[in-house]
Amino acid sequence: MKVSMFITCLSDALFPRVGEAMVRVLAKYGVRLDFPEIQTCCGQPAFNSGYWEEARASARTILDAFEESDFVIAPSGSCIGMIHHYPKLFENDPVQLERSRRLQGKSYEFTQFLVQVLGVTDVGAEFPHKVTYHPSCHGSRLLGVKDEPMELMKNVKGLEFVPLPFAEDCCGFGGTFAVKMADISGAMVAEKADHVKETEAEVLVGLDMACLMNIAGHLRYRNEPVRVMHLAELLAEGANLL
Amino acid sequence: MSKTLTKPNTVKARAELALNDEFLRKAVKFTTERLRNGKKNASAEHGNWDEWRERGRQIRLHTIAHLDYYLNMFVNNARANGVHVHFAETGAEAVRIALEIAKHKQAKTVVKSKSMVSEELHLNHALEEIGVEAIETDLGEYIIQLAGETPSHIVIPAIHKNRHQIAELLSEVAGEKLAADTTVLAGFVRKKLRENFLEADIGMTGCNFAIAETGSMVLFENEGNARMVTTLPKTQITLMGMERIIPSFQDLEVMATLLPRSATGQKLTMYMSCITGPRREADADGPDEMHIIIVDNGRSLQLGDPEFQELLNCIRCGACLNACPVYRHIGGHAYGGTYSGPIGAVLTPALNKNVAEWDDIANASSLCGACYEACPVKIPLHEMLIYLRRRKVESGYGNKLESAGMKGFASIMRSAKRYRAALGVGKLGQKLVVRGGSIRTKLGPLKGWNAYRVTPSLPKTSFRQRFAALDEEIRQGLNEMSPEMRSRMERIVKQREQGKGGHGHG
Repeated sequence: MKVSMFITCLSDALFPRVGEAMVRVLAKYGVRLDFPEIQTCCGQPAFNSGYWEEARASARTILDAFEESDFVIAPSGSCIGMIHHYPKLFENDPVQLERSRRLQGKSYEFTQFLVQVLGVTDVGAEFPHKVTYHPSCHGSRLLGVKDEPMELMKNVKGLEFVPLPFAEDCCGFGGTFAVKMADISGAMVAEKADHVKETEAEVLVGLDMACLMNIAGHLRYRNEPVRVMHLAELLAEGANLL
Repeated sequence: MSKTLTKPNTVKARAELALNDEFLRKAVKFTTERLRNGKKNASAEHGNWDEWRERGRQIRLHTIAHLDYYLNMFVNNARANGVHVHFAETGAEAVRIALEIAKHKQAKTVVKSKSMVSEELHLNHALEEIGVEAIETDLGEYIIQLAGETPSHIVIPAIHKNRHQIAELLSEVAGEKLAADTTVLAGFVRKKLRENFLEADIGMTGCNFAIAETGSMVLFENEGNARMVTTLPKTQITLMGMERIIPSFQDLEVMATLLPRSATGQKLTMYMSCITGPRREADADGPDEMHIIIVDNGRSLQLGDPEFQELLNCIRCGACLNACPVYRHIGGHAYGGTYSGPIGAVLTPALNKNVAEWDDIANASSLCGACYEACPVKIPLHEMLIYLRRRKVESGYGNKLESAGMKGFASIMRSAKRYRAALGVGKLGQKLVVRGGSIRTKLGPLKGWNAYRVTPSLPKTSFRQRFAALDEEIRQGLNEMSPEMRSRMERIVKQREQGKGGHGHG
């Protein structure tokens, strides 16, 4: 059984600890993640901005990288969501279209794989902190990953969960949106950070480093001492794996 | 009206105005929150919301797929009911038809109930030009008409105004200071409009649904003004988008379940009127003459276009506006067109064949999908926004700088070797700007981003550099997988191979 890591370019370059946390949590259950080095980026920045030829150049590396995999797992609902767009992206290319459909069928966001495939809802972690959670839009709305992270957090000993007000509202990242519409994006992330503050949580977790980088970046800009981390990191730390 | 003309021509600049208007942002947040919570509660209380959404979607898909058939049926039935039916291919043609009727009737005043198509045609302005007074009778529309503005929300036209601003506007009309109390203000307008209803020569309405099997038009409203507009004046003109059709009254049941709940969280609006032709002899009231103007104005561009045909399924409930986190901060005028919010960001360009005239409106979305989730007929607006961006790029109207950036992106991401090299360059290059592990410079591409954030620096080791050592460590201490897990995984792979696979298709 070949279970492969799709690290996503963002976590690869900026947040390698998230990848390490995933590797260690899954190893606990006997899953040794494979890492095809030919992968780059899912192509989403180009796809969302309307540059589909450029998106295809990048997406082909993902199709090639995971050709032989049985399961593909990423620490991001958004990048997995992009794979769900591949059939549309390659709709006029029968060969790549077929490969896109196959890849879509075997791609999972991290908690989706842990809960739905492995059947794990308790990783045996302890994390005695006040935690709030931001459900990223693509993972929760487009992939339907809603209950999985909640169940995993519920079973973490000592974790005091505080619901985030207006949790389902976008943090304002939106890829190039944050650069092109910087002031609108800034207003959105400021509101998100206000809500995080309202919870008085010590830790903000999520399932997507892009959104978390956005919120953390604004919290740091305001000198708010909230720790921001991926749920994989929280689970790995709590289970003394990281 | 003059305000529309002086608006900046990019959404970015228009949004800037809204972002600096605390009154507007507060008012928009207040009302959209109320509406979206209302919708959330009403759909939860309904019990089978998602099934009914799917029913609604299927009805709309079917109708639009056979639009010529149902339009014909509607027109034949409406004519048999004694209605004068007109077709207008363009907005200008629709205006011309409406003005001709007004001239023919020697009308001095027209009372109007809320119609987004009328806003689309800028009909009030055209009526004024031939000396006909047009009076909006929906409270929200009345307010923005007084203010000389356009609606900033499909359902709540004056959503951007608070009651103090409204009191000021109405006090001018009253010639005395009115208290900023909603009962007082609504009471004043009610009394004022009563006179207009009685004097008006023509009543003009929009159309929520047109029922093919009977030739009826249906209006949903809460103030009773549409009922006055359709019963008191001798002549009625209804403006109807060509896609407003549904086949039968049975389908109306589904729409009447979806529309009010999605729009305002109501189970049903205070009034729902079904009008089938002008007054018959036995009727106590109603117009002697009834016209329906069926407006295309760019809608047929969507027909047969696989990426945009579903746009015609829209029932104009405004739920996507209330759910949208961008609309929440910038309000409706920033969208620059008649229709605002996510539906406006798609509809405004889609109704205009000339890509060169599209502004940057489709960029005013983080693609979060809240619009799709809120939509009672499940229109994938978040995907359509991407298709619009692609069409603009493919037509050669993309941003030059962005286009160069994307070429750079592709040349790096097309191979892992180049990507690795770029990471190396990044690590070297960032030394110029990293201070204490983060980047705060507001130069170049980080200008907008770092105006609100601190950017993390690239760590020494990327995941791909770290992986070999990590994997070696894992290999040595790897636990045995439990037989249950193994068999679950095998079963999933097998099901997938048998064609039952795939999961989580959004």
